[in-house]
Amino acid sequence: MKERRPAGLLEGYDPGGFFCETFGGPKQPADHTRTVRDRLDGLSLAELRRRAQAAERELFNLGVTFTVYTSREQIDRILPFDVIPRVLSAAEWDTIERGVIQRVTALNRFIEDVYHEQRILRDGVVPAELVLGNANFRPQMQGLAVPFGSYVNICGVDIVRGGDGRFYVLEDNARTPSGVSYVVENRHLTQRAFPDLMRNIGVRSVSNYGQRLIGKLTELAAGIGEPPSVVLLSPGVYNSAYFEHVFLAREMGVPLVEGRDLVVRDERVFMKTTGGLQRVNVIYRRIDDDFLDPEVFNPQSMLGVRGLMRAYRAGNVVLANAVGTGIADDKAVYAYVPRIVKYYLGEEAILPNVETHICREGEGLEYTLEHLEELVVKPVGASGGYGILIGPHAGRKALAEFRRKLRADPGNYISQPVVQLSVCPTVTRSGIEARHVDLRPFAVTGRSTWVLPGGLTRVALRKGSLIVNSSQGGGSKDTWVLE
Amino acid sequence: MNNLLSRHAESIFWLARQVERANSTARILDVNESFSRNARGEHDWESVLRLHGDEQIFRATERRPTADAVIHFYVLDGENTNSVLSNISMARENARALRPLISTEMWVQLNGYHNRIKRLRKPDLRVENLNRLCSYIKECCQTHSGITAETLYRDESWYFHQIGRALERADQTTRLVDVKYQVLLPQPSDVGSPVDEAQWNTVLRSAAGFHAFRRVNPHSLSPSQVVEFLLFDKRFPRSVAASVLVANEHLAALRLKYGHNSKRAASNLLRKLTASLAEDTAEDLIARGLHEGLDEIQAELAGVTDALGREFFLLAEPDGTLQASIA
Repeated sequence: MKERRPAGLLEGYDPGGFFCETFGGPKQPADHTRTVRDRLDGLSLAELRRRAQAAERELFNLGVTFTVYTSREQIDRILPFDVIPRVLSAAEWDTIERGVIQRVTALNRFIEDVYHEQRILRDGVVPAELVLGNANFRPQMQGLAVPFGSYVNICGVDIVRGGDGRFYVLEDNARTPSGVSYVVENRHLTQRAFPDLMRNIGVRSVSNYGQRLIGKLTELAAGIGEPPSVVLLSPGVYNSAYFEHVFLAREMGVPLVEGRDLVVRDERVFMKTTGGLQRVNVIYRRIDDDFLDPEVFNPQSMLGVRGLMRAYRAGNVVLANAVGTGIADDKAVYAYVPRIVKYYLGEEAILPNVETHICREGEGLEYTLEHLEELVVKPVGASGGYGILIGPHAGRKALAEFRRKLRADPGNYISQPVVQLSVCPTVTRSGIEARHVDLRPFAVTGRSTWVLPGGLTRVALRKGSLIVNSSQGGGSKDTWVLE
Repeated sequence: MNNLLSRHAESIFWLARQVERANSTARILDVNESFSRNARGEHDWESVLRLHGDEQIFRATERRPTADAVIHFYVLDGENTNSVLSNISMARENARALRPLISTEMWVQLNGYHNRIKRLRKPDLRVENLNRLCSYIKECCQTHSGITAETLYRDESWYFHQIGRALERADQTTRLVDVKYQVLLPQPSDVGSPVDEAQWNTVLRSAAGFHAFRRVNPHSLSPSQVVEFLLFDKRFPRSVAASVLVANEHLAALRLKYGHNSKRAASNLLRKLTASLAEDTAEDLIARGLHEGLDEIQAELAGVTDALGREFFLLAEPDGTLQASIA
């Protein structure tokens, strides 16, 4: 008698012609995911759903949430968690890791140059007005040295995989990137909910992020304090990323402070404690430049510390990230990063950019207007997926309206072809379906750069959607890097 | 290790007070509901308002002080900073600010507690359900204390939590005594009557002290004995004397372990209060005027809180300057 095997979980799964993180592409079958696939196939959809629900409930109870404030109340939301992991092979990770280190190294060299000699601007590799006229350029940083020339100490690089199976950088986040807490919490959740899925697979650990981070921050303070006093500066409980600030402070074992907890005296920074004022040497700040010091930047800021920039300029405190790194993650500067890599390191970029047209240049604008229905157009200043036009999904009216906007203010836009983002099997209401994903690895830099194995895989939970941001219906997945 | 951030010290001090205040509010509502069930029927709920000095704020709600209105005011009215909802919401917000320090279990419990209070609806607050509701509120507050005792790391934050809880408890116990003695001022003919005794009995039970009281006073139950017990018996954990002692001991331990010796105003006030409680008797206090005596204790406790604020929480002076020296 033949034993009837129940239909596997992934049977009938259709990647819809996209490159699939679990199954690969037509020319690149993903052999490294075989064991995970087999194990997933052994689970029923009902079982998977049951465990997924338990996992999400646990996230909520633990308070792994971001907070949405309405005028009447605050609502704690979890970042929806999809239980099917995204699995990267050791070789794939090697490329990403080397690419990220190369990119962060080049961005740091670029920022140091811009705030000192400005060779790259004089050599005409990057248009000077693009940098010096940038809203995120901070003249206060000119001539100020930072330890090891390391400006971007924590960097999140947004990477996508195209239909060709190659990785491309979509965006750099060099100011205060967030999301790393989900990487660690997602892993803990998978370990609790799916021990059977992970057993003996050899997944690289992510749980030491806090230790690595404080190690790097301590490196930066060499000679300032022994051992240095490190704090994490948060805008406070009303910030949507407050949970992450709590998470990081706890993982590092350092005080989570707000601006009102700090004072500057004699160009030194102190925190207010029960024992009086205690010296602070390193501040991992999760507050934008604009709000850091009302004396220098936004005078209305209640979040910052009066006099902080004086202490910073006197070399009495380290800020991570350094002030003024926004010039490196600007969407217009992004277009030049491959040339920046080449200029400083004499190397080709290991991780290429997505082809980018700069609308401030006549040629780019012309091309963008001509091919608008094929392109993704992004405002250079905004974040979080707001104000983006996705040409192929836009109606005629929307396209016409956007054309007007583009002509009125071309300098504010860049355009890129639609990247056929790779997909990953995802639990949906109608079973296991393909959903688009991206990847944000986190690089931590002191004297050298370390990259957390994996990173945050964000998934667009709406069918067909390419927008993975949590503010717009995105969720996340655990990201496994195999040994 | 660094000293505790002043803001965190202040937050956990108030977190403990807010939970304890919710606990006491439940006890006071419970005892008042029991009185209202006595032989005389209709009972004056305005007394609870007078007890907290809330008459004016209540008047702003433009409701008559019926049982339903007063119970709602003290359980679910978000505008009333003394309500259970307000206290637990504030405690939760403090807990959120304290998340880097407190255990995840403390957070999860307070968060769940808050969510359940928020979900209460009118029928849950009906007089006939009040006893159950009050028990539930008390139990959640006690769960908080238990989880805190079991999981909170014993650094400065633990001491501030214990000091806050003890000061609040001392204050609230004076109010619990007051609800019976001053506000329900007995008619001379009622003194010693079955009704009067039943009410004192209820006061003791609401403070969870009835059986302990019986062991101390097996043969009688007089108003002055109850007052003696609730105010001065150091072995009864909810008494004013015991709470002041706990606050004093924790403050002394905090100073010893963390070297906080520059200002001692809070300790001096607590020692003075301990001494005066030790010397006093219920009879004397009642003879001098119990209500006034309780008011005095409340004022002294408030003085301790102010002194703690100046010494540890580094609150800015009214002119915005900060009196703090470099450690």
